[in-house]
Amino acid sequence: MSELRFEGVTVRYGATTAVDDVSLVVPPGSVVGLVGESGSGKSTLARAAVGLAPVCAGLITVGGAPVPSRGRRPLQMVFQDPYSSLDPRMSIGESVAEAMPRGAGRAERRAEVARLLELVHLDPTRAAARPAELSGGQRQRVALARALAGRPQVVIADEITSALDVSIQGAVLNLVRELQRELGLSILFISHNLAVVRYVATHVAVMRDGRIVEEGATDRVLAAPDHDYTRELLAAVPGLSTPTRSPR
Amino acid sequence: MKRWMSVLRTPVGLTATVLSIGVLVLAVVAPLLWTDNADAIDTDDILAGPSAQHWAGTDNLGRDIFYRTLVATRLSVELALAATVIAVVVGLLIGTAPYLLGRRPGRVVLAGTNIAVAFPGILLALFFAVIFGVGAKGAVLAIGFAGAPTFGRLTQTLVAGISSRDFVAAAHVAGVPRLRILFRHVLPNVSEPLVVNATIGAGAALLSFAGLSFLGLGVQQPAYDWGRLLFDGIGSIYVNPAAALAPGIAVLVAGLAFNLFGESVAKGLGVGVVGGIPALPPSPEALEADAPAAEQAHGSGTDLVLDVRDLEVAFPGPTGPIRPVRGVSFSVRRGEALGIVGESGSGKSLTALAVSRLVEAPGRVDAARLDLLGSDLRVEETKAQRRLLGTSLAMVFQDPMTSFNPTRRMGGQLAEGARHHQGLDRASALARAVDRMRAVRISEPERRAHQYPHEFSGGMRQRAMIGMGLMGSPALIVADEPTTALDVTVQQQVLDLLAAIRAAEDVALVLISHDVTVVGEVCDRVLVMYAGKIVEDLPAADLAATARHPYTRALVAAVPDMDTDLDAPLAVIPGRPVDPADVPAGCAFAARCPLATARCHAEEPPLEADGTGRRVACWHAGEPIDLEVDGSLLGRDEREEVEAR
Ligand SMILES: Nc1ncnc2c1ncn2[C@@H]1O[C@H](COP(=O)(O)OP(=O)(O)O)[C@@H](O)[C@H]1O
Ligand code: SF4
Ligand SMILES: [Mg+2]
Repeated sequence: MSELRFEGVTVRYGATTAVDDVSLVVPPGSVVGLVGESGSGKSTLARAAVGLAPVCAGLITVGGAPVPSRGRRPLQMVFQDPYSSLDPRMSIGESVAEAMPRGAGRAERRAEVARLLELVHLDPTRAAARPAELSGGQRQRVALARALAGRPQVVIADEITSALDVSIQGAVLNLVRELQRELGLSILFISHNLAVVRYVATHVAVMRDGRIVEEGATDRVLAAPDHDYTRELLAAVPGLSTPTRSPR
Repeated sequence: MKRWMSVLRTPVGLTATVLSIGVLVLAVVAPLLWTDNADAIDTDDILAGPSAQHWAGTDNLGRDIFYRTLVATRLSVELALAATVIAVVVGLLIGTAPYLLGRRPGRVVLAGTNIAVAFPGILLALFFAVIFGVGAKGAVLAIGFAGAPTFGRLTQTLVAGISSRDFVAAAHVAGVPRLRILFRHVLPNVSEPLVVNATIGAGAALLSFAGLSFLGLGVQQPAYDWGRLLFDGIGSIYVNPAAALAPGIAVLVAGLAFNLFGESVAKGLGVGVVGGIPALPPSPEALEADAPAAEQAHGSGTDLVLDVRDLEVAFPGPTGPIRPVRGVSFSVRRGEALGIVGESGSGKSLTALAVSRLVEAPGRVDAARLDLLGSDLRVEETKAQRRLLGTSLAMVFQDPMTSFNPTRRMGGQLAEGARHHQGLDRASALARAVDRMRAVRISEPERRAHQYPHEFSGGMRQRAMIGMGLMGSPALIVADEPTTALDVTVQQQVLDLLAAIRAAEDVALVLISHDVTVVGEVCDRVLVMYAGKIVEDLPAADLAATARHPYTRALVAAVPDMDTDLDAPLAVIPGRPVDPADVPAGCAFAARCPLATARCHAEEPPLEADGTGRRVACWHAGEPIDLEVDGSLLGRDEREEVEAR
């Protein structure tokens, strides 16, 4: 278990400041939700953490050590679109194996791939399948398995359910919660869906125009928001008046 | 491999393949068989015309031009291939440099390439010919280097396209070194278009060689290629035209063969060829000045904007037609908001495309009725109909990435339709574009209007596209998953915007979404689609409390909301959606349905209306479901999804 910490992080693309002096902590073994409208800088912050966006100022650390910008990283990321995050020409087993630490033998790697696929509830005998043979939900599970293959202490999940049908969103969210509990991961969970964040995250940070405008325990922020923008977000949650749900 | 074989099935593809193979075979065997015939000097018979003995006549030493042309195949093809290899290798180096070197040095390489590409190839070749000297070696280098920039730029574009994909980012994050990523992920995914373009390049190189040799800058005596033969033949063209004609035809046939082969492979594989312009989907546009068309229909007494009966969309499949939409009937009244929900693959988008006449061949649309504002959309497309569609129907697409031209500023792209259809001048069209961009809550619309699509985040691009759909004032807006990638606040604003327009201008809205909450919020009425059919049609207000179809009820229960129990796993719909190529008998939902009985598996339930106008297709509509949301059900679902492959 390790802590993910952003300290005064700023990311600029030319004249646009996508992330502006953001400080945020994901405590060890916890799930922090990051919400905000598109363009508010959520993805950019995530990409900065894994070295895919240029950090102009500030520091990003995992377990107190700065994140290396090349080579193996102690944190992994799961992307929004499971249709573009897997190489269409590689079998899913190869994709997962590629992210594993080097040095293990062939048999060992195969066993590890099988274990990881099993972990995300995929049939390990399908390791040779290409992504095209899988449904969106199954691909997103492969993407999760690949992230876990790097033995990360921290996982960043960027809108991992928003490209999925509602009928499989639930299954992926259930899986995220299960994995987090079993492996004690620290997770930064990015989503624009407050109901989804409420379901998986104990803490939530609200981002707007590249800045964090509010953060705190999820139930507190959702019940008694401090910032106007958070209130606006809450008011905008589309909802059915009386949800049907089994009493249990 | 199957796709490669399909190339052979077109007449042009087959001809080109046969010709190309013929040329290559000739290149191998001709010098072995006929070198003696070609080199035989016969001083008694110089500069003779075609005869039974010498089909294409003889040259100034009495050598047989026909045989010389055959034998020259090898050198010509060899030189062309060598030049192509140089072009490809140098092109690959140039093309992958920006990726390997990073942003700044990459930009320098890019700029250099752009300048080089702008020069006409033959000029570059002449320039290099002067540098490398006259002769075969010089010509190979010249043509190779002259071809490199074009190929380099193609590689750059392809590599940039692939390297922006998430799987490359994922490999980076996994710590895979750049060079390895290039060879494992990037190059394999761009290899098809590269190979195809290299083939076409070989054809071009062949022609260039002929050109250089013809100018006397290529192959020198005593060696000869087709260009050299052409050069010699032209000298005696008045004595024996065949002497120039034979090598000329050879160049033409071989060049054409390679070119056509490449082109047809490109076509068969769906690969772009350099210089090709990506097709843009038709821009949704509408027209204020043409409102009378709508008025007319309105005046004709009917309140229906859209009336669809028994709509079917079919595509040819390997074992008979596949029907992703199977008999859909619904209508939309003026000012009404109709939602269509269902999982991906249920036929929602195809229904929308059929209504907009955007289903492309080989897809087929059939319907008992398909009326937009009283005009039959099934008849042959006429000018009046295009106008009607263009002016009264606005389509907002799901995918914002492919809907904009990457090389043009956003403001101009929005303004274009308005200029064209509403006759606005440049300035007012742009002003309206900015206004619409503001309306869809794009911050600083004046500045943003001057930006290019890639400078917008995904969400903003989507908002801009909705703004584009709202440039005119349509009678019907068909929005296909318009807010799927948007966050709640923007989603709300967009939905509010659609609602405001609907109220103010009495526009009907068909909103397609997989998110039942969005549809429930915005629409008056909701159609639930499953496996190409409507399974339930009900007022949106009844979705949460009194939906009667098990599928509708499962969709509602599968989304977490602000009251979801945090300690229990979410409800999931077991199994997978139906594959339209393999629709089971009976109720299509039976395999996933908690209420399914033997009758469900045998008989398909009809869509039946009750007294209140609600429709539902289910044998057990409204019967209680015991939604067991606990570990055991979850475990079963997980297994089923895996087993269902
Ligand atoms: N590659 C890029 N070049 C220029 N601007 C960018 C780039 N990526 C993101 N931006 C800008 O950064 C801002 C934040 O974008 P993003 O992080 O994608 O938002 P979110 O993840 O919240 O949807 C936007 O204003 C966007 O225009
Ligand atoms: S007809 Fe039967 S299988 Fe189909 S939805 Fe109704 S109960 Fe389920
Ligand atoms: Mg984002």
